[in-house]
Parts: sequence; structure tokens; C-alpha cells
Amino acid sequence: MDRLDILEARSVYILREAYACARPLAMLWSVGKDSNVVLWLARKAFFGKVPFPVVQLDTGMELDEVYAYRDQYTKEWDLDLIVIDCPPESEMDPSLPPMTRSAARKSAGLANLLEDGGYKGVFVGIRRDEEATRAKERVFSPRATDGAWEFRDQPAEFWDQFTTDTPENAHLRIHPLLHWTEIDIWRYSQRENIPINPLYFSQDGKRYRSLGEKNITAPIDSDAATIDEIIEELETTRSPERAGRLMDNEAEDSFERLRTSGYM
Amino acid sequence: MANAPNTQPTAGIAVKARPAPEQQMRVVIVGHVDHGKSTLVGRLFHDTGQLPDGKLEAIEEMCRRRGMPFEWAFLMDSLKAERDQGITIDTSQIWFRHDAREYVLIDAPGHREFIRNMVTGASNADAALLMIDADQGVRRQSRHHMYLLQLLGVREVAIAVNKMDLVDYDEARFRTIETEYRQYLEGIGITPRHIIPISAREGDNVATASKNMNWYEGPTILEALPQFEHPASAAEQPLRLPLQDIYKFDERRILAGRVESGTLNVGDELVFSPSNRTARVESIESWNTDGSAIVARAGESIGITLDEQIFVERGEIASHEIAAPVESDVFHARLFWLADTPLEVGTACELKIGPNRVDAVVEKIERVIDIDALTDHDAARVARDEIADVVIRTSQLVAFDEHDNLPHTGRIIVVDKHLTLGGGVISLGNYPDQREAVTVRGTNLTEVDHRVDPARRIARNRHKPGVLWFTGLSGAGKSTLAMALEQRLFDKGYQVYVLDGDNVRTGLNANLGFSPEDRAENIRRVGEVAALLADAGLIVITAFISPYRADRDRARQAAGDAFREVFIDADVATCEARDPKGLYRRARAGDIKEFTGVSAPYEEPTNPDISVDTSGRGIEECLDELVEYVTENFRKSV
Repeated sequence: MDRLDILEARSVYILREAYACARPLAMLWSVGKDSNVVLWLARKAFFGKVPFPVVQLDTGMELDEVYAYRDQYTKEWDLDLIVIDCPPESEMDPSLPPMTRSAARKSAGLANLLEDGGYKGVFVGIRRDEEATRAKERVFSPRATDGAWEFRDQPAEFWDQFTTDTPENAHLRIHPLLHWTEIDIWRYSQRENIPINPLYFSQDGKRYRSLGEKNITAPIDSDAATIDEIIEELETTRSPERAGRLMDNEAEDSFERLRTSGYM
Repeated sequence: MANAPNTQPTAGIAVKARPAPEQQMRVVIVGHVDHGKSTLVGRLFHDTGQLPDGKLEAIEEMCRRRGMPFEWAFLMDSLKAERDQGITIDTSQIWFRHDAREYVLIDAPGHREFIRNMVTGASNADAALLMIDADQGVRRQSRHHMYLLQLLGVREVAIAVNKMDLVDYDEARFRTIETEYRQYLEGIGITPRHIIPISAREGDNVATASKNMNWYEGPTILEALPQFEHPASAAEQPLRLPLQDIYKFDERRILAGRVESGTLNVGDELVFSPSNRTARVESIESWNTDGSAIVARAGESIGITLDEQIFVERGEIASHEIAAPVESDVFHARLFWLADTPLEVGTACELKIGPNRVDAVVEKIERVIDIDALTDHDAARVARDEIADVVIRTSQLVAFDEHDNLPHTGRIIVVDKHLTLGGGVISLGNYPDQREAVTVRGTNLTEVDHRVDPARRIARNRHKPGVLWFTGLSGAGKSTLAMALEQRLFDKGYQVYVLDGDNVRTGLNANLGFSPEDRAENIRRVGEVAALLADAGLIVITAFISPYRADRDRARQAAGDAFREVFIDADVATCEARDPKGLYRRARAGDIKEFTGVSAPYEEPTNPDISVDTSGRGIEECLDELVEYVTENFRKSV
């Protein structure tokens, strides 16, 4: 088994554990490169099927190409798509810095999804290497109904045994990609021929390294126009993946505050 | 647009465009609190030029705002609470490249409050780097962490004796710590690759050889990292495929799971434990591959179809018939306890063995291990962060392996609802593998009915059939009472016969020895013979120690309603004083190994049909009690 085989086998194991122990399930699909891989891995795990709904938390602020990709592959892959309209920014915690407040709309949308759908588990395509608080996540992360992350009191998780039971009214965030890196995502997408959103490829010297809402996400300077070139760029870059995600660095703990209150 | 989106057929066959990157090496950094774990990580990143842009400045800013000197630990301590309190709360991971290899450095908290987070981080590691403060020397968590690593299965280990700058780079100080710690490691069976004197803060022997310690000739941290090796593939070991699920998304019925060890081929005959059903592998199923796979090896998450639609469930372990896993409902475990609530004898809990879940009770706490002195002592409870040897009984037969043979299927975790209470590694010790006792080898069997009705046998004998299963320690009086009872009942007109331990071992069971499995088989055969004789209308009295509850339960199953468990009750001291065959004396002298009551367990009946206390009572008195019981229970009611 090579590196990608090993990563894939563990993710498939995680997906199957969730499907066996934490139903009803839903999968968050931001339509970015990471959640596209989670979706792909689900089809691997369940032999071509995606046996649960995929959910887009929609702020109405995604880039056009994101909506186009969503609509095309929902049809082609026969997905059970749920689109959740996120509550407006005016309802968010006013003490948050402005862009963080905008991002918080997704946490609120997710809370609504959970409340209405009664889901026990939600797949989220976050990775440890993309952001320092995510590096501290569990694969199966128990959350209270409001989604709050009790980072001071996370359960033990070892030998691939996961917390699959939850107290009443709690749910699980399940992270099948936690152990992958950004380059792994690209190598795997290339190997598997996963369709790539054109926003990731350089156009006029700019490309999106990480997709987010257009009001709070910026493209980076790059000439990488193929997956090979992206991988080459990532092997030498020293700037972090989420540099274009403006809410991350508004304050020392702005992203931590987002996450502890339920952001992905 | 310059770059067309990649819209090749989505279910196209995977192609490998680039050479596969090397597997990452996951190294956990452990050790006592404040011995410099996070500092080392920061220093490694800095000295190899791998800090992300802006990170150094961000850390400087965080420190300035707190009015404190520069703190490398802030690279990993990503939570504000961690930075404010200056303590690592939870494990974290960071990616690091060196010499064409990618490392995942796992920072584990060293504070004893956060052992379960340390376990979480360490269990994912291929190798470990343990930090010891040169000034403080070997401390509690230096030992505790290493003991846990050993239980978790991390074998690749190097030690860094840090803060050498605080002891003036003194070789003698280093040697003292080295000697002390090597001795400890030897005690738990770990050989470190290197013990390296460093100063993470000053950079000595981290990325570059120290000019302050010319007396040291070994590698730097950066030179030691590439020497860590991945564990050998488990593909050559016996096949274990624990089932995660059974899917029926289309016409295929697919059994899904991860091959934990061994190799599976299409066409292999598999046995599923503990249902012990068998079937052949028809195909290996997959999606978005060329579909040609006919073999699957350890580590792969696969799906298979079978040639026969047998009923199997999540949690069963598929293996080959030869080298199948152990089956038992009782075993030993070395547990590390993580819960605030102590573990006590009688604690009911749930176990996870791979995907299998089973109810269990802690039957005995054999010893609690002193992690510092490596001694052990008796204890009534196991407190948080302690390590103990216990006996666990499950509510039903489970399949597993002894951890020393196959680690992946030899591990349990203990849960209570949604809480993980602890983990452990399993061994059988004296307990028998019960697989043979529950396996039916014959196929195409059809039972035929007798023409003589059981009621007619009862009418002729004027008593009901019965199995009086005497159990108790050697010397408790089983044989003596059995033979006397046989005589009394015979004189009263009963059809009665005694099956005695030593007697059957010269005939029916002459081919059996005294291994745990042979002892179990001995009892299984006696149980079956007793059931046959009872079926023929007799009252059968059996006189066997039969120390294991599982064996007696199977005898009860064989004989059904006719079965009565008779506890011939006398304590070890009484039996040893009697010692009619001189066996206790020989057992105490070590001539007989695994002697029940001395060096092997006796599991008392929890709910016997009748209990006869023979200590301090004459034979006749006990006999009267038994005759009365038989008369009441077996005489034909007219």
C-alpha cells in the first residue's frame, strides 16, 4: 500500500464506523476540494452509493463556479442534496470581528440543520494541517446541540476506537480527513480523477487555494494551472493554506472563537 | 479560459500520474510537564527553516502582549487557554519535512491531568521521542508515558535529555540520567535507539551538533529521526478481518471491514468467529478501480461477497480455519484506567474489541502495577491513571487474539455509554480457548427420534432422569460423596451411575492432557456423556473440579432440564488440610503447575441448585441432605 492507499483505507474505515454506529447521518458539502474528497471516499466506502444526504450551508455568497459544480455533480452522482439557507449576519454575535461574524452564519445554519434533521452524526472535511485548532480535533468529536466544542474536555480516542455514542440531544462531528494534508488532497484528486473546480487553477496569475464566501476569501498569487503545478507550488511554499481566508487572523483567537462555538 | 476544469469521466479508472510519496512517519513527543516538548518542536521548525511565513512574528506578538519572553511552545499550543495558562491541554500535530521524509510531530501534554489526551496522541504514533529535563532528572511522567507507550504498541523510541545548558553541559549529569533511565526501560522491555543530550532552547544537538558537548558522539535529533522505522507489515501474520458492516445497496450482499492482519484471497474458505459459520470468498468488491483485485492485505479496507448467504454480524472476525482467533468469555487484561471513577470488582461495563461490543463484568483485580518501582500490589480498586491486571468476564463468547500474538485483535477498550474508561491488552493465561468446545465439525446432520418415549422410561424407573453436577475444589469431598450417594440411591431403587474425574481419564478421555484446552474438552465430553445417560433415564452424578463457569454452563446446556449444579463447598484451607491425594503438597512445592485453588482459578458457582458445605460436617449429614434433595426433585410424582 502506498501513502494514498493508507490514507484512503483509514478514511473508509472511519466512514463505515460512522454509518454502522451513528445514524442518521449527513455530510457537509462546501463543494470545496476537501469535501469533494470526503464525498468521493464515501462512494469508495459504500460501493458507489452515498447513503445519506449531503448538505450545503449556503450563505448566498459562494462564487458562481461553486454553485455550478454543485448542480452539475448533484445530478451526475445522484446525490440527495439539502441546501440550508444560513441566517443573516445581523443575527450573529455582534462582539465578533466583522468577517468572523460573517463566517459564523455557517455555524448557525448547521445548528438549524441539526435541530430540524435530528442527525446524530455530521461528516465534516476538515484536516489537522490546515489550521492549528483543527490539529487538536478528534476523529469523532461529540458536541452539544448548540455545536459548542468542549476543547478542554475531549474524550480519549485511541486504537481507532471512536466515541460513537452520545448523550441525548448531542451529536457527533465526524472528520474522515483529519489525518490528510493539503498535498494529499491534490495527489488523491489527481489519482482518482476527481473533477476539479476551475477556481483552484491559476487565471491571470491568481488562483484560489481555499474556497470560501466571496466577501471574506481572496485568491493568492500563483501560476499553477495544473494539479502537478499546484503540488509543486505547495511543496515549496511557506505561506499557510488559509492565508486567503480573511476571518482567520482578524484577532489572535477569532478562529478559535468561531470553532468553539460550533464552526467546522 | 486557460485551464479547462478536469471533467474526465467521474467513475473512470484511477491512474497514477506521479510517483507515490513516501509514507509519513508519525513521531509523538512525550515526557514530564515542562521538560521541553513544545520547545523542541519550535526549535526543529526554526532551525530547518520550515516555519510558515508570519508565524514567528505572530508568536512574538502573542508573547509581547502577555509581557513574557519568547515562547516556542506557542507554535503548538494553539488554544488561547493553553497560551494564557502556559500549559499544553490537548495533543496537537504539525507536519515537518526533512531529508525527503515527511514527519508528523505529535505534541502530547505532559501534565498528569491530561493523560487521556497523551494516550490519544501517542496511539497514532509510529515512534516516540521522550524528553527528560537534565536538571530535574527522571520524573513520574517520564516513566508513566513510557509505560503507556509500551502498552499502546509504540516500540520505536529515542530519548532526549533536555536543558543541558542548565547543568553546564555536564557529561556526568547526563550519564547519571542515562543509566537510571536505561535501567527503567530494560524493566519494561524497551530498547531506545538513542539517548541524546540536547538543549532545545539553545539548539544544541537539535539540528546541529553541539559545540558545548564534545564528549557526546551520537546523532543529533535531526540525525536520529530518519532512523525510526515503520512497523513491519502485518500481511504475513494470520488473517483477521473484523466485520464492520453488511451492505445490501444493490443485488450484492457485501461484507465490509478492514484487514487487520494477514492476506485474503478470492476463493479462500473463511470461518467467522464466534458464530463459527463458514463460507468461501466469491469476490473482492470495490468502486472506481479496475475491479481486478483477487487479494487483499493487512491495512486495506475492503468489501467481499461470499459463495453462500450465511448469517453473520458486525463484530465477528473472519479468518482462515487454521490459525483462527481464540474464543472465550473470560480472559486476563492489562488495563490502563483513564476514568475519574475507579474500577472495582463487579463493575459492569461494555467492551469494544475492534468493531465488536459486548457486555462485561470485571471479575477480579489481580494486581495494580507501581509504574515507578515496577512492582505490584493487591488492590480492591483501580484509580484513574493506574495500570492493573484484571480478569474480565463477558456476557457471551467473544473472538479475539492474545495481544502478544496479534496486537490489533488483542486490544480492548472499556466504555460506559459514551465515555471511554480505559484500554487494555488481552491474554488468556490459564483460561482455555473455548473454540473447540463450541465447534460442530459434522455437516449434513439429521437427528432421528427415539421410539421410546421419555415418559415411559420414567414410568419404568419410577424416577426422573438427572445430572447431579458436583463441582468444588480438590479435597472438597466430591468423589467420596458421589460414590456414597450412588450406593444409597441404588439401594433405594434408583438407576444411578457416577462419572468420576480420574476414572474417565483412563478411558474416554485418555487422550487428553492438562492444558487449559484439554481440561475444557475433558469437561465437555463428560457433560455430553452425562446428558446421554440422563436421556437413557439414569441419574448421573459427576465428580469433577470443573473450575470454569463456561464449561459448567455448557454441560447444563447439553443436559437441559435434568441438570442440577451441586456446589460441594469447602474452602482451600480445609481442602488442603485433608489433601487426600497429596496434591496440594505437590502443588505448593511446584511439582504440579496450574493446580486449581493454588495456582489456577476456581470460579465458584454464582447460583448453584444446591450447596453442600462439607467443612466441619460428617459425610452422613451431607449425604442425608443430598438424598433428600434427590427424593424431592427426581422421585416420580404419581
